[in-house]
Amino acid sequence: MPEPVIELDRVRKDFPSRPPVRALADVSLRVDRGDYVAVIGPSGSGKSTLLNVLGLLDRPTSGSYRLDGAETTELADGARTRLRGRRIGFVFQSFHLLAHRSVVENVMLAEIYGDHARKGRRERALAALERVGLGHRVGFLPDRLSGGERQRAAIARALMGQPSLLLCDEPTGNLDSRNTEAVLDLFDELREHGLTILVITHEQEVSERAARRVRIIDGVLVEEA
Amino acid sequence: MDVRDLVGEAFAGLLARPVRSALTTLGTVLGITTLVITLGVAATAGNQIVGRFDELVATAITVEVPESENTPLVAWDAIDRLTRLRGVVSAAAVAESKDSVNLSVRSNDLVDPTRVTAQTLTVLAATPGLPEAARGRMTRGRFFDAGHIERADRVAVLGGQAAKMLGVTRLDRAPAIFIGRDAYTVIGIMGDLRRERDLSTAVIVPPSVGRRFGLRDVTRVLVNTSLGAADLVAGQAPTALSPGNGDALQVIAPPSPTRARDQAQDDVDALFLILGLVSLVVGAVGIANVTLVTVMERVAEIGLRRSLGAARRHIAAQFLLESTLTGLAGGVIGASVGVVGIVAISAAKQWTPLLDVRLAVAAPVAGAVVGLLAGLYPALRAARMEPVDALR
Ligand SMILES: Nc1ncnc2c1ncn2[C@@H]1O[C@H](COP(=O)(O)OP(=O)(O)OP(=O)(O)O)[C@@H](O)[C@H]1O
Ligand SMILES: [Mg+2]
Repeated sequence: MPEPVIELDRVRKDFPSRPPVRALADVSLRVDRGDYVAVIGPSGSGKSTLLNVLGLLDRPTSGSYRLDGAETTELADGARTRLRGRRIGFVFQSFHLLAHRSVVENVMLAEIYGDHARKGRRERALAALERVGLGHRVGFLPDRLSGGERQRAAIARALMGQPSLLLCDEPTGNLDSRNTEAVLDLFDELREHGLTILVITHEQEVSERAARRVRIIDGVLVEEA
Repeated sequence: MDVRDLVGEAFAGLLARPVRSALTTLGTVLGITTLVITLGVAATAGNQIVGRFDELVATAITVEVPESENTPLVAWDAIDRLTRLRGVVSAAAVAESKDSVNLSVRSNDLVDPTRVTAQTLTVLAATPGLPEAARGRMTRGRFFDAGHIERADRVAVLGGQAAKMLGVTRLDRAPAIFIGRDAYTVIGIMGDLRRERDLSTAVIVPPSVGRRFGLRDVTRVLVNTSLGAADLVAGQAPTALSPGNGDALQVIAPPSPTRARDQAQDDVDALFLILGLVSLVVGAVGIANVTLVTVMERVAEIGLRRSLGAARRHIAAQFLLESTLTGLAGGVIGASVGVVGIVAISAAKQWTPLLDVRLAVAAPVAGAVVGLLAGLYPALRAARMEPVDALR
């Protein structure tokens, strides 16, 4: 049996606020290569917290998180950063596109911190944009794009550098049904190429297309049938 | 991360807010400009003062030779050794004694009872280089030479004033003067002295002749050096003149250029230097402040970069480079404005501007260092941020 991409074992995340918040309560989850998992749940239930832990942006309070078979909770900051840069692509709820850089420059940004070759970077960025159907907007500044176009630019950036795990927070929140359909088609295609995708969503349409659905309520994760 | 990418990101960060970046450099521009102008004008002015000293003071050395009991401290031919020293332009040895300053000199042996033709003049013995050494010239005739000295010819050269007093105006009839009872042929008149002006009222005779008036030993040596060689020659002259007894000679050298600098000028310079340094500190605080604001504004960007695999040092390096480039720009602009300022001030004062290349190079470097130091704290703040917090 191949190594799972994600293996969470009783992961707990407490925020030492007043009163203290247990955002993740002993979450265990296994995601295999090529899986497409939808995470659903009410607002404030811990979905983004889970995504941050999975993306190595945050450390769990306790429990174990193995990424591609390697334990991550004990890694130093630098090693986590390298792993994050190499393996994980993010699509954030609020896009986080740099306002003063063109679309293609924003996408190219995904490759400057790794050991990627400078040569051909623009071509790879253009190909990623073509893939999300944004080939006609490469020179635009982000504030000239529609909400859906920004989201697709963010997806193109996440696909740059060829991650093995794609983490998306509400990736279709701003899209109409036709564009949502296009993004979901893209996800299907990426999954067939072996990419593992985990998507946080409120939308019925998105969760229905996923092979697996997990629900979080008050930090407790349950697998849906 | 490739350095070119780092530089590219830093430039993009600065150019994203061009007006702010430009305004941020102002403090540094002001500081560097002040420093460059102060240092440049001080150097230029210093050069001017030395330039004015050139001809007269800065190259004139006098060596006083004290009297000695037995062997003379400085032999007459020692002057040849001195002349061979590097940096010596001209030199002459002179002998003068208490007895020779008030001698009665007449221009004619016919004593005219109605006229007082006798004058009380100083008689000196000197080596042939005297006209050059006194920065004068022969207005008539010529100075005596080595041949006259060797033969102990009874010849004399008059100072311009002495010639007038004695009524000697033309030399074509080989006029004679009488010192005491002996007659001497006047072969030249020396004038236009710019140094040792009292030689103008003297009668100069060859050393071999001077013995008769008690002018046995050299009492004074006049030396002229090339510009800048005075200090060197002043150090070497005693040994050249009197090997073994150099310490006994008293050298009167021109003040060195730094000592010649005006004290008041130094105070003004110090004031402007402090002003420039204060402006630099203010500039640094400005850069630090703006960079900190920028860091706070770009928290989300920092979070994004961390999510894309940027390590803490990458974040720190980018903000440090941005502040350093800001400082460098301030330094380059400041240096340029400063150089223009130096040229303008020099033009207004009709000075030759003295532009030190080291200053032109050091100024931008100083600006960059200011920017680097100013960026340390903001860069640290940016690097210390946790990715989750930055992305919230
Ligand atoms: N830094 C923090 N300090 C204290 N509490 C926090 C912190 N971050 C998140 N929380 C709390 O943890 C809980 C889970 O937050 P999270 O952002 O994961 O919710 P979510 O499921 O993503 O909600 P939404 O669907 O609205 O985005 C919330 O109750 C939130 O208030
Ligand atoms: Mg959320």
